[in-house]
Amino acid sequence: MPGIEYLLEALTLTNIMLALGGVIAGTIIGSLPGLTATMAVAVLVPITFSMPPASALILMGAIYTGAIYGGAYAAILLNTPGTPSAIATTFDGFPMAKRGDGDLAVTLACLASVTGGLVGAAFLLGLAPPLAEVALAFGPVEYFWLAIFGLTLISALSEGNLLKGLIGACFGLLLSSIGVAEISADVRFTFGSQVLLGGIETVSALIGLYCIPVLIDLVATPDRHLKVTHQPKGFRLLESLRISWKYKFNLIRSSVIGTLVGILPGAGGSIAGLVAYSEARRASKRTEHFGTGEPEGVQATESANNATVGGGFIPTLVLGIPGTPPDAVILGALLIQGVRTGPNLFTQEGSIVYTFIYGLFLATVLMLPTGLVIGRYAYKTIVTVPKAMLVPTVAFMTIIGTYSIRNSISDVIIMITLGVIGWVLNRMGYSPSPIVLGLILGRIAEQGFVQAWTIGAATEELFSMFFGRPISLAIIAFIGLSLFYPLIRARWIGRRRKVSAD
Amino acid sequence: MKLMRLAALAAVLILSTSMVLAMGHGSYPDKPVNYIIPFGPGGESDITARHQQPFFKKMFNEDLVISYKPGGGGAVGWSQLNGMKGDGYTIMGINLPHIIVKPRQKDVGFATEDIAGVYMFHYTPDALVVTADSPFKTLQDVIDYAKENPGKLTLSGSGKGTANHLAQIRFDQMAGVKTTYVAFKGTGKAVTALLGSQVKAEWGYTSVGAKHEGKVRLLAVAMEKRHPKFPDVPTFKELGFDLVSGAYRGIAVPKSTPEPIRAKLSEQIAQINADPEFRRRMENDGMALLDVDYKDYKGFIDAQAKVYIEAATEAGVIR
Repeated sequence: MPGIEYLLEALTLTNIMLALGGVIAGTIIGSLPGLTATMAVAVLVPITFSMPPASALILMGAIYTGAIYGGAYAAILLNTPGTPSAIATTFDGFPMAKRGDGDLAVTLACLASVTGGLVGAAFLLGLAPPLAEVALAFGPVEYFWLAIFGLTLISALSEGNLLKGLIGACFGLLLSSIGVAEISADVRFTFGSQVLLGGIETVSALIGLYCIPVLIDLVATPDRHLKVTHQPKGFRLLESLRISWKYKFNLIRSSVIGTLVGILPGAGGSIAGLVAYSEARRASKRTEHFGTGEPEGVQATESANNATVGGGFIPTLVLGIPGTPPDAVILGALLIQGVRTGPNLFTQEGSIVYTFIYGLFLATVLMLPTGLVIGRYAYKTIVTVPKAMLVPTVAFMTIIGTYSIRNSISDVIIMITLGVIGWVLNRMGYSPSPIVLGLILGRIAEQGFVQAWTIGAATEELFSMFFGRPISLAIIAFIGLSLFYPLIRARWIGRRRKVSAD
Repeated sequence: MKLMRLAALAAVLILSTSMVLAMGHGSYPDKPVNYIIPFGPGGESDITARHQQPFFKKMFNEDLVISYKPGGGGAVGWSQLNGMKGDGYTIMGINLPHIIVKPRQKDVGFATEDIAGVYMFHYTPDALVVTADSPFKTLQDVIDYAKENPGKLTLSGSGKGTANHLAQIRFDQMAGVKTTYVAFKGTGKAVTALLGSQVKAEWGYTSVGAKHEGKVRLLAVAMEKRHPKFPDVPTFKELGFDLVSGAYRGIAVPKSTPEPIRAKLSEQIAQINADPEFRRRMENDGMALLDVDYKDYKGFIDAQAKVYIEAATEAGVIR
């Protein structure tokens, strides 16, 4: 193992306390919708000035990894992804909670997050310099195809209701083009209003589209929020361990997907979770149970999104290119400390890098006990708090959370408006996920397309730009597979039935 | 009852107003100052503010609290600045060419003249950047290639109507070449495109050379004199192109802020700028320091606006 001599340096009392405190604080922050890992890390930056670089990194890494895991609570218990990374966690997490298995889902998410975190950190430890090249191999056109690939997942997610899924996605794409365009700096669809100038902020859209409908339904129906079918059974740890062991390949595959997507600076946790989810669904024998509370779905997204932590640090530390938004903040803090990132960091400043990586392992391991305890507490609170208190508290949090993202009252107005629209659409059978996918992926697709087109047109090789690059072709193949898989599968099952009938 | 409440409210109001007045400017600052960055965390505007933070605390004994109000390329923050409390405890970062170009593109809720700038404290000079293994060794190589292959030289850069973009337009004019500018979201992504050979060169900043030392090469910098960190890199001026430009950063206050506080704030930022350790840290990150204080602010902006507006109109960024 490289840099094993720094393991002891990571295990000083100060670092252990920092990792523990960071994971706890991160988990709690991440569980509150609107408070993101990026903000959590940014708030900490001034505190880290007075620390040695490795300890500062450990603290920020611990907060970050904790916040990504904490996002699962709101996703499972309130159907609200606390961070974009947890979007796909709602698909099966909330149905599980609805039927009374919320505690199981939370514990499964904890085990999956720890697994994902460890796999991501292992890649960071062992293969960072070569893997960082992946970040450079992805050009604008690859991001364009990757976003299109993400959009094709809608066809898998809205089986049986494809038209409504597509309409939702188009609505999301339209939303993504509101405001000052990232690249061309054009102001679009603001109708002269200052409110829309900043565009639709992703996290506030998530809160509006997912959480507000849940709140309205809570008020409108007399049922309890979550069904409680059994007496509290503790952590349900043994049951979770058994399930995790049964689906260990899913965990490993999802963690590797998460790490690789995390390396891509333009992609992020939401895509990692979605890709892992759809691959888990494809590979599973229980495909038709996905979306109705299938543990494999929760495992896939939660392991993938925590693996992006380690994955995102790879280009950050090796190339000085932040893999994810929180990485950008961490990179800035390192710069102020006078630490120069780059390949030399691994060879010349091993005491910083390797101490940090072992610290990240430590924080991830500490997430197991702390995550179980905090998760159980979160579950108990949500289940036992009477509705009359739960609704106003959550409603209050959604507003504070939305405001805090950009200190913007406009975002709160947009969030509530989208919430009401989302509720109406829900009643008409449209789910929020295609809309959100359109919103997130629309921007990535547009930027990639415009850049690729500009470069291709300038160098007069437009066709080979879009259809002549190996990575692009591989992604296009996946797009085809994802689009036609339901058809292929149906035919395959049909033929098998025929054979057995003969 | 109602009357009593009203009276109490009035009393509180009068008391607080008189307190604000009494606090005056003698002891400014006597509580933490809120420093709003109209961009997200982790960007260069954030990093330079973070550099100022510990020096402010050390010199004036109060915290400089950094928060973020991103959106619309800074427009969201600047359009709200004058609605904030003008007591000197709310200040905001400002950037050129943004505050000059944006309001002329479309109604973004503020005009350049609305912004009460008190100091411009540094700029990150534009620079023409290539990868370390690029066949372009000198600026002349780039010009030769661009002349032989009109439009085929692709250059990445951060955003449209930005410092990088306007530098590209002005340079193309001066050198009589035609190149293709590819806008990316932020310098980080523009550098990634360069390092991944998606484009042939980048209109970046001197800070790119500092951050990616060894992997990139600066061909020329848009400064009056050579940058202390890159003594071997010529300026555009030396090579015959009158290009001195970059992303300028300063600090503004809400319009209602009293004159004495503005003057005091200007003095304080100057004091931080004069600190040798602060200068060393900034220059080591590839930035260049600048001292445009409160009384010179307007003249500076007017002069810059003339150049920027011309280039931006030329580029079709402003209609």
